[in-house]
Parts: sequence; structure tokens; C-alpha cells
Amino acid sequence: MDSDDEGGFNSAASSIELDEEMSSSVDFDSDVELDDYQEDETAFEATAKDLAPRRKAYEVEYRVYSPKDIQAQQDDQVAEVANLLEQPPEATAILLRHVRWNKERLIEQYMDAQEELLDKAGLGQDISKNPPRLQVIDGFCCDICCEDTPGLESFAMNCGHRFCVDCYRQYLVQKIKGEGEAARIKCPGDGCNKIIDAKSLDLLVPTELTERYNELLMRTYVDDKENLKWCPAPNCVYAVECGVKKRDLNKIVPSVHCDCKHAFCFGCTLADHQPCPCVLVKKWLKKCEDDSETANWISANTKECPKCHSTIEKNGGCNHMTCRKCKNEFCWMCMGVWSEHGTSWYNCNRFEEKSGSDARDAQAKSRQSLERYLHYYNRYANHEQSAKLDKDIFHKTEKKMTLLQSSSGMSWIEVQFLEAASQALQQCRQTLKWTYAFAYYLARNNQTAIFEDNQKDLEMAVENLSEMFEKSTDQLAGLKVEMMDKTTYCMRRRVILLDDTAKNLKEQTWEFIVDMV
Amino acid sequence: MAGMSSKRLQKELAKIQGTLPPGISLVSADNLREWQMDLTVPDNPIYPPNEPYRLRFQFSPNYPIEAPECVFLALPNPERKVPIHPHIYSNGIICLDLLDAQGWSPVHNVESICISLQSMLASNTKAERPPGDAEFVATNRRRPRDINFLYHDPSV
Repeated sequence: MDSDDEGGFNSAASSIELDEEMSSSVDFDSDVELDDYQEDETAFEATAKDLAPRRKAYEVEYRVYSPKDIQAQQDDQVAEVANLLEQPPEATAILLRHVRWNKERLIEQYMDAQEELLDKAGLGQDISKNPPRLQVIDGFCCDICCEDTPGLESFAMNCGHRFCVDCYRQYLVQKIKGEGEAARIKCPGDGCNKIIDAKSLDLLVPTELTERYNELLMRTYVDDKENLKWCPAPNCVYAVECGVKKRDLNKIVPSVHCDCKHAFCFGCTLADHQPCPCVLVKKWLKKCEDDSETANWISANTKECPKCHSTIEKNGGCNHMTCRKCKNEFCWMCMGVWSEHGTSWYNCNRFEEKSGSDARDAQAKSRQSLERYLHYYNRYANHEQSAKLDKDIFHKTEKKMTLLQSSSGMSWIEVQFLEAASQALQQCRQTLKWTYAFAYYLARNNQTAIFEDNQKDLEMAVENLSEMFEKSTDQLAGLKVEMMDKTTYCMRRRVILLDDTAKNLKEQTWEFIVDMV
Repeated sequence: MAGMSSKRLQKELAKIQGTLPPGISLVSADNLREWQMDLTVPDNPIYPPNEPYRLRFQFSPNYPIEAPECVFLALPNPERKVPIHPHIYSNGIICLDLLDAQGWSPVHNVESICISLQSMLASNTKAERPPGDAEFVATNRRRPRDINFLYHDPSV
């Protein structure tokens, strides 16, 4: 009986597990299918944008929208839902903002508890029956300015809180201009939650302010939607749509390219950091902030207490050290315990003693981790620096291109290879930089070896191309073919590296030395 | 729009000079842009009933669209202390949603603020300063309206 029961229990449990596995894998498959489908649809666009002929594992589906597109998208959604709910567009817009543009949830809530929803969203029921208008009411006294001149024009939303037009207007101006509010401007009445709608607003404020109001609304629209983000480049007005969810960020690095040419990560909006996933980028930047220069100094000037590993700088005096933290007494020269030293305070001739060599071994180990960090950091910082220098070259390139046109009689189109090379260099350095942060967190195994080979190949290709830029202008014309070859080669190495890392990331086969949270 | 705020302040002043709820009194309003009021708290052992607290109101030309700046003052003569309360810093700055852009409504006025503060003190059961008072008082150089308080504790 017992064993039967157990058997039954086990099989049931394992079948559940299997089910879960099955369903999750089905999910994943359907994702992939969707991806493939979209890929086919936009394959042409992708080709035009990147040098890569097809969408690779490291590329994601995204679209760039202008402010006009966003407005249109917003209007479309409002119109669609307005139709369904039989509410005027102004009220629908308020409702949609209330549920952060989650249409399905809005419709569901509207069907379930219409009045409650309208109330919570700051709407009355009869907005369609009473269009907003200014009124003159006998004996009216404005609670804000205390004005009671006969014939004073006043306004109230359907909550009934009535104020004179001047006060209402000034209140709205203050909210929009002063506080940058738009989607949730409430009635000026105390504790009233009614939200001002676009139609009432049009009636009350000057046109230039309605423009600002719409701009602010658009901003909240993009901020509200999880799949939309503003391009973080200064002065850029575009927003990018991308379907990658937050929970997938450990499996993919969603780099997008805005129409303003800025490449950024849709996950964290930092500049493109492929192949390194967002979590590691965050950890790495934090670490660099804490450590970089300090680490260098510590490495050069200090030792650690052999007992508690506090970092100690010796700023003079004899070799007899007493750790401030743990009161351990040791010798600065050999790191051994002081009690074995006797009175030879300025000389240590006990270097071969066991306690000293053990302490030095432990020290070496902990120094090693610092050295390891510095190894990766120096290479990371070097590519960052070189990318900056390459950018200077890019500006010089333009000059070279015009020079080349006049000296060699080449046409504009014939000197474009220089710009292409310069851009490739920038892109590859950006990638290389982040490969070092990525590698720092990688556990050592066969996969890492492949990764490091790829890294080395890309690095060599980049340095080779970078070197050619130092050639004089008259030599450049003759190097055109070679340079184009090298550019293509660089880009190909980059694609290979990114493709490999992205594939393994997606399948979660990388082993990291830190938790991915 | 300074005209609106002056007119409103004049009307408010006229009303305050007439009648005020018990425990609230006008000290000075020589300058229409800066008033001082005294406040006593009835029925709370934390605050002696004969010990008034001094409030200073400063009005911007945008008043009453914008909230006035309202703080407790510590004075030597006559002696005025800053009342002890978990939402009042020892430099007199008050953390009250009513005085913040989000919680302010232009329908509020000096009298209603005084009443709110009076009841906030009357219902207080903790004779303590807000957490981090010393640090805030030592480092704060911002004006009260520019501080984003977190109104995390509506119970006091």
C-alpha cells in the first residue's frame, strides 16, 4: 500500500512538473514563432538599417515613432475605445489614462462597475449631456478671489465647484506651466477629485498653453506604456516601441537605434551595451564608481591584515604593525605574527618561516581578485578612451573626405568608405568595451574560452582598422579596397561575437559568478 | 495677477480681524504679504494650554493659486517655541500635504490652515520630532515649497 501510494504520488508530481515544462516551452516556442513572423515582415527594413543581412539573435524588433505618430496612435486608441464604451473622446481619454492605457482592463472594469470606475477616474456620468460652458450666475461670489461683481463669468465641471473664469484659468496655467501637470489636473475645489478634460481646458486656457498641455499628455502616454520609451539622446523627440519585457532582460539585450542615430538599450535606456545584460551593466558601473582609482591605489600602496583582511597603509615607523581593527600584531615585511620576531624591529630576517608564508599566500589570493578586476577594468576603460579618440578621428575624417575628393579626383560617393569605416570602429569599440564588463562576471569554462577567442578576433580587427586611419590623406586613396575589406571584416567579427553571446544568453547557458538580480 | 491676490488677502484679513475660532489669533499683518498668527492647542497634555505657537505666512503674488509658505517661528521675546510633533521639524518647517502643491486647493485660506494645524497638534500623541530631524535642519537650504515630503503616515 505504502509503496503504491508513494508511487502514485511521485508520478503525479512528475507529471505536473512535466506539464509546467511543456507549457513553458510552448510559450517560448510561440514567442519564437512570433519573432520569426515579424522578422520576415521587416527583413527588408532591417537589411537597410544594419550591415547584417538578416535579423540575428542579438537584434530585436522595434519601431521608432515621431511625436506625430504618437499623437495619432493615442487618438486611434481613444477613438476605438470611445466607440465601444459610447463615451465622448475627452472622457475616454481620461479613462484610458486612469488605467494606464490598458484597454482590456478598462473595458472589463467598465462593464463590471461603471459608476465606481467613472468616479475613481475623476469623471461624472453626464459629461456628454452637459458640454462645458461659461456661465453668468446672479449673486455668484468666487471662493478664490472673492470677486462678486455682477456679470462675472464663471465655470464649473459637473462636480459643481464654481469659480470665476480668471481664477480657473490662472489655476490651470499654474498647473500646466508651473508644475508640468497634464493628465491629472483636478478641480480647484478642496478635496475634489474631478479631472479636467481636454474640452473644458480648450474653453479656458489660451492656445499656446493647450499645445504645452498636449505635449505633456503625450509624455505621460509614453511614460505610461511599458512598450514605449523616449529616446534618451539630448533634444531627441522620438520614442521607440519595443516588445521586450522587463522579466526577459536577463535573456536578451534589447539594443535599439533611434532615427536620431543614437543607439541605446531599451531595457535600461543607457547607451548600447551589447553583449552585456542590463543587470551586469548596473553592477559593473556601480563597481567602477566605487572602485576604479581607489582600487589602483590600494593595489600599489597597501597590504591587508593577515587576520581580518582590513586594508592597511604603512605610513612610516617600524615593521611591527598592530591592526587597528582586530589588534593583530604582525610584521609588515613577512606578514608573519610578531611574537615570533623578538626585537628586530627594523629588520625582518624571518622570511622563510611558515606563519609568514601562509599569511602571504592568503594575501596573494585576495590581491588576485583585485588584480582580476583591474585587468578587466583597464581594458574596458581603454576602449572607452579609444572610442573617444576615434570620435575625434571621425570629425577629422570628414575633412579627409573633402581633401581626398579634391586631391585624387574621387567623387563624393567614392570616399564614403571612410565614413563607413569610422562608424564601424565606433560601434565595435562600444561592443568591445562591454565584452570586458561581461567577461568579468563570467565563470571560467569552455564557453568562456570561445567567447575570449571571439573577443580577441574582434579586438585585432578593430586595432588593424584603427591603425589605417593614421595614414596620410594621399595614401588613403590607395588603401580604399583594403580599408573596405577591413571594415567588413570588423563588422563580421562583431556580428559573430554578438550572435554567439545572444544565443547563449537566450538559452541561459552562460555561467556567471554573481546572481543575476 | 497681483491684483487678484491682494484683493483676496484684503478680504481674508477683514474677515480674520472680525472673528476667529478659539485659540487662533492674528498677531500682525502690517505687510499684506507676510502675516503672523498665534495658535494655542486645547486639551492635549503635550502642549501647555497657555503656551501659544507663532506661525508665519508668506504669500507669493500667485496666492491663492499657489499655497502660502507657512512655518512655525522660534522667538525670544515674547518666547515662542516650535511645537514638538512628528511632522514638524525643529526649524519650524511643517510637513503637511495641505501646504504642498499636490494637496493645496485655492479654496483653502489662512484660517483653514490654522484650524488644520490646530487639530493636527490637538490629536498628536507623540512628543517627538520627525525621523532625521537633526540632519534635515542642519542641511536643508531649500524653501519649504520646494521640498518633496513623503506623506507616508496619515495617522498623525
